[in-house]
Amino acid sequence: MGNRQLDNQADKIISLYDLPVGRSATVSSIQAEGIIRRRMLDLGLVPGTRVEALRISPAGDPKAYRIRGAVIAFRKEEAYQILINL
Amino acid sequence: MIALAGNPNTGKSTVFNALTGLNQHTGNWPGKTVLRAAGRFIHHGLTFKLIDLPGTYSLMANSVEEQLARDFLCFERPDATVVVLDATCMERNLNLALQVLETTPRVVLCVNLIDEAERKKIYIDYRALAVKLGVPVVPTSARNGTGLDRLVENISGVATGRIETKPYIIQYKEEIEEAVRRLEPKLKKLVGDAFNTRWLALRLLDKDQAVIAAVEQWLARQDDPAAGMAEVILA
Amino acid sequence: MSRGSLSADLNELMQEVNRLNPGSSLKLNDSIVCTIYSRAEEITGGIVLRRGKPKFDWDKKLDDVITSRVFGFPSMLLLLAVIFWITVAGANIPSEMMATAFFWGQERLTALLHWLHAPAWVNGFFVEGIYRCLAWVVSVMLPPMAIFFPCFTLLEDMGYLPRIAFNLDNLFKKAGTHGKQSLTMSMGFGCNAAGVIACRIIESPRERLIAMLTNNFVPCNGRFPTLIALAGLLVMGMATSLSASFIVVGVVLTGIMTTLVVSWLLSKTLLKGVPSSFTLELPPYRKPQLGRIITRSIFDRTLFVLRRAVLVAAPAGAVIWLLANVHIGGVSILAHGANWLHPFGQLLGMDGYILMAFLLGLPANEIVIPILLMSYMATGTMIELDSLEALRQLFVAEHGWTWLTAVCMMLFSLLHYPCGTTLWTIFKESGSLKWTALAALIPLGIAVIVCFVLAQSARLLGWV
Repeated sequence: MGNRQLDNQADKIISLYDLPVGRSATVSSIQAEGIIRRRMLDLGLVPGTRVEALRISPAGDPKAYRIRGAVIAFRKEEAYQILINL
Repeated sequence: MIALAGNPNTGKSTVFNALTGLNQHTGNWPGKTVLRAAGRFIHHGLTFKLIDLPGTYSLMANSVEEQLARDFLCFERPDATVVVLDATCMERNLNLALQVLETTPRVVLCVNLIDEAERKKIYIDYRALAVKLGVPVVPTSARNGTGLDRLVENISGVATGRIETKPYIIQYKEEIEEAVRRLEPKLKKLVGDAFNTRWLALRLLDKDQAVIAAVEQWLARQDDPAAGMAEVILA
Repeated sequence: MSRGSLSADLNELMQEVNRLNPGSSLKLNDSIVCTIYSRAEEITGGIVLRRGKPKFDWDKKLDDVITSRVFGFPSMLLLLAVIFWITVAGANIPSEMMATAFFWGQERLTALLHWLHAPAWVNGFFVEGIYRCLAWVVSVMLPPMAIFFPCFTLLEDMGYLPRIAFNLDNLFKKAGTHGKQSLTMSMGFGCNAAGVIACRIIESPRERLIAMLTNNFVPCNGRFPTLIALAGLLVMGMATSLSASFIVVGVVLTGIMTTLVVSWLLSKTLLKGVPSSFTLELPPYRKPQLGRIITRSIFDRTLFVLRRAVLVAAPAGAVIWLLANVHIGGVSILAHGANWLHPFGQLLGMDGYILMAFLLGLPANEIVIPILLMSYMATGTMIELDSLEALRQLFVAEHGWTWLTAVCMMLFSLLHYPCGTTLWTIFKESGSLKWTALAALIPLGIAVIVCFVLAQSARLLGWV
């Protein structure tokens, strides 16, 4: 497992939650299903979309991201379901 | 009857207030606790009723607001629909505009907040946008009253048919288009011109329960001889 | 056209749909949304031109402060405090002026009835009962609402409110509810009925109900005067308004804690469920539009709430007057009720008159103290005392109040059932008698338990 992760360093896949503030990445896939998935897609989180982690709530969660020009906050639970290519 | 659609935070209600002034009243959408604002404005002797739809990102009916907005556009079939777009955030806003264009050809795009866009050094080629989408595009800054006369002019033109629109229709991947081509003629036979059949075919393919139920209801009314008679007489 | 067959045609069509898209294998929604967004991207690319970055990103700079670890919470508290201060300080003068005007009107009305040779009870019932209660509610409620709501709408218009939800969401998530509940609570400081209406912004029905059922734990404008007066009574002697305000802040924080705890309990029991998905847009800050703020806050909020309050207060004024003026065996019904409630009131650290005042104050919280004064002094109409000293004299010297009485009354005022207007609003919004009843019974239960435990332990420990 460790080796494979090293091999794929170029396009490492992590969850949106793990994207450090100030960094950008592209959406690789949405893990959520049903209505939550549809809502995320509606917000413009389709594969290939650029997202930037902007800031963290002073209470530690949620985090705010820039998605197609709008600033949207997701809780940890939602952000975990969005996978990104770093 | 004119519908006003748009994303949240695009200054949609500012446009609504600017157009209707004090000629407005608010209530709830039938059976829902979502605020519904309606108003009137007069242009060249014609009175237009303006309905402010809830602010939504899309028309996919994933929330109460989206469903209300969509049902209104598709089943009430307004004479024209104004889509208010945020000039600083066109890509996100065009998503909704393209979905509206799928439901109705009689659309006016109102690109609002142009003053803010200017401050952010964003420049938009409105003419190219109008050509690409095949509907009138009016840049406005509703807060300052800029562009509202032209907006009213275009709304009136589209609603009365004076301005003809050739809406840009999105082509999906081939399997979907193929399925739509199979369904559409059959739908046409079933519902005639009462609905936009391409849009309906796409929703049925997506097995959208709300739309299926609405169509069922509509058909049941057609099946009912009394309702049918009334239609014949009206026709 | 063959009748009755259209629905059958639709069924046939749906079978065709199932053949074309078996088991939803086309992944239609994903594909459609992706296509639309990529078209939107293409079109935008062709028509939008960005010439460099703007000189100064105000949104970012503001958010850096407003949602920062260091300044986030203090700036929020400060803003809330400033709004309270503006509301309380600014409302005093117009409230007094309105009260004077209404009192003048009352004298004229009485004079008119006298001139018409109307019987005394007509003057009592209509003027001292209904008119006076209405005048009281309007003059106490209108000025603070006319200040608080525009302030609140200003923050809304500027785009500040979603930041509050962003900052506080984690607390609400732990209580099993939505961060937007913090906004409905803020609104509740102005008026719980308006706070309940604001719950519409919460999408999940479960979380919306929790927010509605707990909104009354934030003290509204109608209860602040009571809390402030009682806090002032507590610190008499030390006589610093600063320590009185600390007590009020403590009461407010108790209310917020209660909200979170009760929300948590509800989401574990009656309204069980996982938190709904949370997406919150933080819109760009915008220059507020004054005209819109004034129309929205005055017409949509202030007058709306006032209308409902008036509809509730008018009959209440009549009932209260009757209870205070119909005598059975030489004692008013009000006093009978207070005597009957007295043992129960004692258990809760208060007395029968206080409970009676809360009971009759159901229509509007601002009349609780006036009713209490009326019944203590057996005057038959609601009155106001002009000084804290006079209040202390009446409560402590004549009716045996201790610090425990004041504290229990403050807690009861904070926790007890929402006012009639709010309950009516809850019924309108939820459409359910059951939830409306629970919205009254849950807080009442909590208020009774808290006051009981506090009073009994204080007595047991010999603090009183």
